[in-house]
Amino acid sequence: MLEFLQRPVVVTADVNLSVVALTVVGLLSRLWRLTYPRAVVFDEVYYGQYISLYMKRVFFFDGSGPPLGHMLLALGGYLGGFDGNFVWNRIGAEYSSNVPVRSLRLLPALAGALSVPMAYQIVWELGFSHCAALGAALLMLIENALITQARLMLLESVLIFFNLLAVLSYLKFNSQKHRPFSPSWWLWLTLTGVACSCAVGIKYMGVFTYLLVLGVAAVHTWHLIGDRALSNVRVLCHVLARAVALLVLPVVTYVLFFYVHLTLLYRSGPHDQIMSSAFQASLEGGLARITQGQPLEVAYGSQVTLKSASGRPVPCWLHSHQSTYPIMYDNGRGSSHQQQVTCYPFKDVNNWWIVKDPGRHQLEVSNPPRPVRHRDVVQLVHGMTTRLLNTHDVAAPLSPHAQEVSCYVDYNISMPAQSLWRLDVVNRESDAETWKTILSELSGAHLPDWGFRQLEVVGEKLSRGLHESTVWTVEEHRYGRSQEQKERELELHSPAQTDVSRNLSFLARFSELQWRMLTVRSDDSEHKYSSTPLDWVTLDTSIAYWLHPRTSAQIHLLGNVVIWASAGLATALYALLTCWYLLRRRRNIRDLPEDCWLRWVLAGALCAGGWAANYLPFFLMEKTLFLYHYLPALAFQILLLPVVVQQVGEHLCRSELQRSLFGALVVAWYSAACRVFAVLRPLTYGDTPLSPSELQALRWRDSWDILIRKH
Amino acid sequence: MPSAVGRGLAGFELRPRKGRCGPQAATAAGPEGVAEVAARSPKQPAGGSRCFEAACRWALLALVTLLSFATRFHRLDQPPHVCWDETHFGKMGSYYINRTFFFDVHPPLGKMLIGLAGYLSGYDGTFMFQKPGDKYEHHSYVGMRGFCAFLGSLLVPLAYLTVLELSRSLPAALLAAALLTFDTGCLTLSQYILLDPILMFFIMAAMLSMVKYNSCAARPFSAPWWFWLSLTGINLAGALGVKFVGLFIILQVGWNTVADLWHLLGDLSLSLVTVGKHLAARTLCLVVLPLALYTAVYAAHFLVLSKSGPGDGFFSSAFQARLSGNSLHNASIPEYLAYGSVITVKNLQMAIGYLHSHRHLYPEGIGARQQQVTTYLHKDYNNLWIVKKHNINSDHLDPSFPVEFVQHGDVIRLEHKETSRNLHSHYHEAPLTQKHYQVTGYGINGTGDSNDFWRIEVINRKHGNRVKVLRSRIRLIHVVTGCVLGSSGKVLPKWGWEQVEVTCNPYLKETLSSVWNVEDHINPRLPNISLDVLQPSFPEVLLESHMVMIRGNSGLKPKDNEFTSKPWHWPVNYQGLRFSGVNDTDFRVYLLGNPVVWWLNLASLALYLLSGSIVAVAVQRGARLPAEVEGLTQVLLRGGGQLLLGWVLHYFPFFLMGRVLYFHHYFPAMLFSSMLTAVLWDTLLRLCAWSLAPAPLAGSIHGLGVLSLLLGTAYSFYLFHPLAYGMVGPLAQDPRSPMAGLRWLESWDF
Repeated sequence: MLEFLQRPVVVTADVNLSVVALTVVGLLSRLWRLTYPRAVVFDEVYYGQYISLYMKRVFFFDGSGPPLGHMLLALGGYLGGFDGNFVWNRIGAEYSSNVPVRSLRLLPALAGALSVPMAYQIVWELGFSHCAALGAALLMLIENALITQARLMLLESVLIFFNLLAVLSYLKFNSQKHRPFSPSWWLWLTLTGVACSCAVGIKYMGVFTYLLVLGVAAVHTWHLIGDRALSNVRVLCHVLARAVALLVLPVVTYVLFFYVHLTLLYRSGPHDQIMSSAFQASLEGGLARITQGQPLEVAYGSQVTLKSASGRPVPCWLHSHQSTYPIMYDNGRGSSHQQQVTCYPFKDVNNWWIVKDPGRHQLEVSNPPRPVRHRDVVQLVHGMTTRLLNTHDVAAPLSPHAQEVSCYVDYNISMPAQSLWRLDVVNRESDAETWKTILSELSGAHLPDWGFRQLEVVGEKLSRGLHESTVWTVEEHRYGRSQEQKERELELHSPAQTDVSRNLSFLARFSELQWRMLTVRSDDSEHKYSSTPLDWVTLDTSIAYWLHPRTSAQIHLLGNVVIWASAGLATALYALLTCWYLLRRRRNIRDLPEDCWLRWVLAGALCAGGWAANYLPFFLMEKTLFLYHYLPALAFQILLLPVVVQQVGEHLCRSELQRSLFGALVVAWYSAACRVFAVLRPLTYGDTPLSPSELQALRWRDSWDILIRKH
Repeated sequence: MPSAVGRGLAGFELRPRKGRCGPQAATAAGPEGVAEVAARSPKQPAGGSRCFEAACRWALLALVTLLSFATRFHRLDQPPHVCWDETHFGKMGSYYINRTFFFDVHPPLGKMLIGLAGYLSGYDGTFMFQKPGDKYEHHSYVGMRGFCAFLGSLLVPLAYLTVLELSRSLPAALLAAALLTFDTGCLTLSQYILLDPILMFFIMAAMLSMVKYNSCAARPFSAPWWFWLSLTGINLAGALGVKFVGLFIILQVGWNTVADLWHLLGDLSLSLVTVGKHLAARTLCLVVLPLALYTAVYAAHFLVLSKSGPGDGFFSSAFQARLSGNSLHNASIPEYLAYGSVITVKNLQMAIGYLHSHRHLYPEGIGARQQQVTTYLHKDYNNLWIVKKHNINSDHLDPSFPVEFVQHGDVIRLEHKETSRNLHSHYHEAPLTQKHYQVTGYGINGTGDSNDFWRIEVINRKHGNRVKVLRSRIRLIHVVTGCVLGSSGKVLPKWGWEQVEVTCNPYLKETLSSVWNVEDHINPRLPNISLDVLQPSFPEVLLESHMVMIRGNSGLKPKDNEFTSKPWHWPVNYQGLRFSGVNDTDFRVYLLGNPVVWWLNLASLALYLLSGSIVAVAVQRGARLPAEVEGLTQVLLRGGGQLLLGWVLHYFPFFLMGRVLYFHHYFPAMLFSSMLTAVLWDTLLRLCAWSLAPAPLAGSIHGLGVLSLLLGTAYSFYLFHPLAYGMVGPLAQDPRSPMAGLRWLESWDF
């Protein structure tokens, strides 16, 4: 306990100078002239608008990924003192002086720079030589695409950083296995979990790396379970520790990101409409202003507006007005010629409806109010015209398979009013649940219940399960006081009175936001620079990021061709060699010593596996894809490259002569890569204007869309 | 029954083998495993007893088969009208009888068999199958239904044999058979003219032959070994020939084969030559044979369907030339495109049609107010265009000029024959696809501006630089803007007569919708050739029909606000499918799994995962299990594992599919799930009986458990049978209904 009194406290540090050197060159390559160009480059225009909204604390909705990435970029803006006042509307727009370009771009650049020493560490931890580790880092250093992506306000380099961090800390954890439950064992284990959840928090595709690490951890744990030297309790502790650190901790951290996100963004903003009324009511200044102080429980006589819960194609309110359906439609079908009922996307006095008890005549709230409950049968009276919401066996105007919904006009013909609606509170907890403003979702079931299409309201004949578009929420609500029609009209025109505020719990807000983010369907937009996964491996595509307004200096996302080609070859070679070894091992021919084989397999599982996990799923995705989606996979492929090279040099080259020849070949190959880096450098940093002929000469592939000014 | 229960294990003619790849043979345990498996049987049967066992097995098989046929053929002719998808598959059966060409997203074998069954049973192909609910009247339909019901009935004995093979336990086999016999869903799906019973038959037959062949592993290259191996291959071809879902069982057999070969490779007592022979035998029977059969099915398909029919438009012009009755059949047109030719231009993308224009302008506010250019699916004189040189407006048909062929890279002008306007594009937004440019008809009598110039590019230049009718795939690049002529596939509103939008796409992406071919070709100055020489060869036809099917399948996207079935609904039996009838006066048939069976299956899956992982961890921890338990866990892990894999492979891929999904897609997976349930409960009850062994009644726990499961499913079938056999009368919420009180979930609508 009191050991430190007896012995001096000594701190020893091993400093690996190569790591330091690599960090320095990494920083140099990524941070050099970071503020150039002082203009919006490519997707900065997209991330920038969210940073501005963070600065202004305005809620936004972005279905493309979880909030951590945006928040990290915003942190840069916050540290740089950005006030959020910049209009992000055009690529190439000059930044105004209030935009702290350096601090906004600093974080991705740092992440990109640190990937270089981390590549060294990973290959070293995998058990390969210092030379191989150095090779991996140097390749990472001169990969043009990684540099371009890291020097701008984009998220891929941060994602790659956390991917590599997750793998590295898992390897460190694994190397501590002879000292289980020691502090460093715990440190690396929890760091693995945190890094994984950060990767997922930046982009959903981080999930692939997370799953990979989980898979490797599961295999290792399975071996551990098979270790009969350990007691059962000890094994249980091992399993539990891993489960907590790799399953529970990431989930908690992930939810935490959302907590911070929702805490930061408390003001209502441009995307409120996508969220439910209850969610909007929790934002300052939005719906909250309207709904504050509304009575919670809907009672008979309540005046309400009903909002469609689906919000597709646009959010709208149930609406009716004096006009009637045309007697005859264009295609010759007849209608009931009754008052139209529609879904109206704007606030309007005609959106007010009064909940009426079918058994009574009064339209005001009695004292005490009689709440409406689940499964009650009600009538809905349109506030301005006092007609009853009705549906009947007449085909709807645009969807003839469904019933028309109208406000009943008594023409005194053989068309009786069918205006009784049964309320189903969908998200009830018990059958006695009362109907609550905003919080309750309900679907009106006549004998039918109803849905709508293209702002047309129809009665679905059969309740075929619940569909979002048949669910409505009460948004605005007040208790009706006046019995006379005139007074009522006046009352409807006056704004709803307010005083109580109502808050949704964080978990409810989190689950709603996450659910909407996952289910929102972005329309497939074609893009000039979009590409398919097959184009990536062969680098058959490029993206023009930015062009200098006057000269021909430009930034292009282009990979180092030599690295891409050799990385692809190395992956193929790895697969072939592994198959070969496996088949021969099966016949009991051991080409490799056992530890060498295990090292080879682990390196493949993490590096080749990381490449496959981050690349192959894109073949199943239907969204618009770009070359930069390949970069995380590429980072893993680069790690694999020196591994394969070392393997070939050590085990495939038999004689000393072959080995030295191979060494020379590797050196020549690396110099070629450096040469390509130097040639493409102007397009990576965008700082040197090139002449049209030079640009033409750089267009090694027809599909590279290098911009050449015509003068 | 109890005696059969007790001795189920012993009575099997193929004694446990050396146990290499047998699903339940104790590979890990080696030779001791054999002894242990044998030891599980309570007493070694004497010769006479063994005979009795075999007889018992056969008797039970006969009983199970009989019951299955009885349930499936009961009231087969009811209702005498078209139910649900019969409207498709019955119609397609008729097409085969009438030999008219049609297009469907599924491979042809299932529909061919339906057609054959109809033909043999005296159906003449005259019924229209227009919509569900149409009365059959005098048309003979029972033959086709009977064929499907026949295959559907065979599912039960197949399941019985598979489970018997995997678990060596008669009670388990009996339980599996009962679960399937008494499942209302399987019953309903087997009674109509559908592809599903045919598909499920091939899947189950492939599974059984695979399992049987695994059992022959000890005697490789023997006659039964060859028989079961090639039978597996044949059934795989059958499954894939009915629906592409057959791919999943191929994956399962593939996995099994790879694992099998892996074991053989690791067996150092076998020489590499022997392993090579094994590999060759499997390649022959599981790859070559199925592929040959699959191709043969297509050959028969194209041979039978020789007349033009509703499917023509989905295929390329060259393909259509094969079909008698099509305007391209036996036609003769000039081979190469020359200036002055009058042509129609067809898009290569399915269901886009011909480049078309007509005397109507784009409405106010939508681009420039010029003449509309669209694509149109039907043949029409407004599809005709004249090919002209971009800079000369003379009549190329004037005999004083030499004939000049259009070459790859030429800049041309396309003049619309009826209206004499040029195909034109400019920097205006296209009407629907705003990122593309508008395409219009412009100019008067062929005189326009430089925006009418298009560069013609031939993509497949193996025929030379000229443009060959039907065969050359061409792109039209707009010279001024550099965009490529294409169709977005979107339907224009009323003002565009609901034809398809044509745009000029500035992103030069290689997509089919921007590739065209020349179909009709009129040029009096050129010699005509017969189109027969341009007909595609069989491999080309095969390839094309697959491309069209794949595109058709991925084109089946759910529309917005449509009620669609989600894969997670299925195992829960969340919602059924209405086969016939809606109101209380109708004859109603509702496809819904027997909830007792399905929920038992669902619970069993969870229980299996739980017990499976407990056993696996115990084994991994090196727990010493008694011989009897060891044998049972092997059945659980290996036999059950095979079935679980089958369920996984037939269920989870649906989560990745973007197309419209239906409840009945789950039934192949349900077959595996039911067999797994049977194996699981039999094993668990045996384990239970073993662990309580000294206690009184312990011995009968197993028998009683299985018996109660059998009776429970039978009773639930009695409750729910009206769903399958049809019901008339009030709906379930009415207490007078036959289904009163049985609507256990709100989402069931019967």
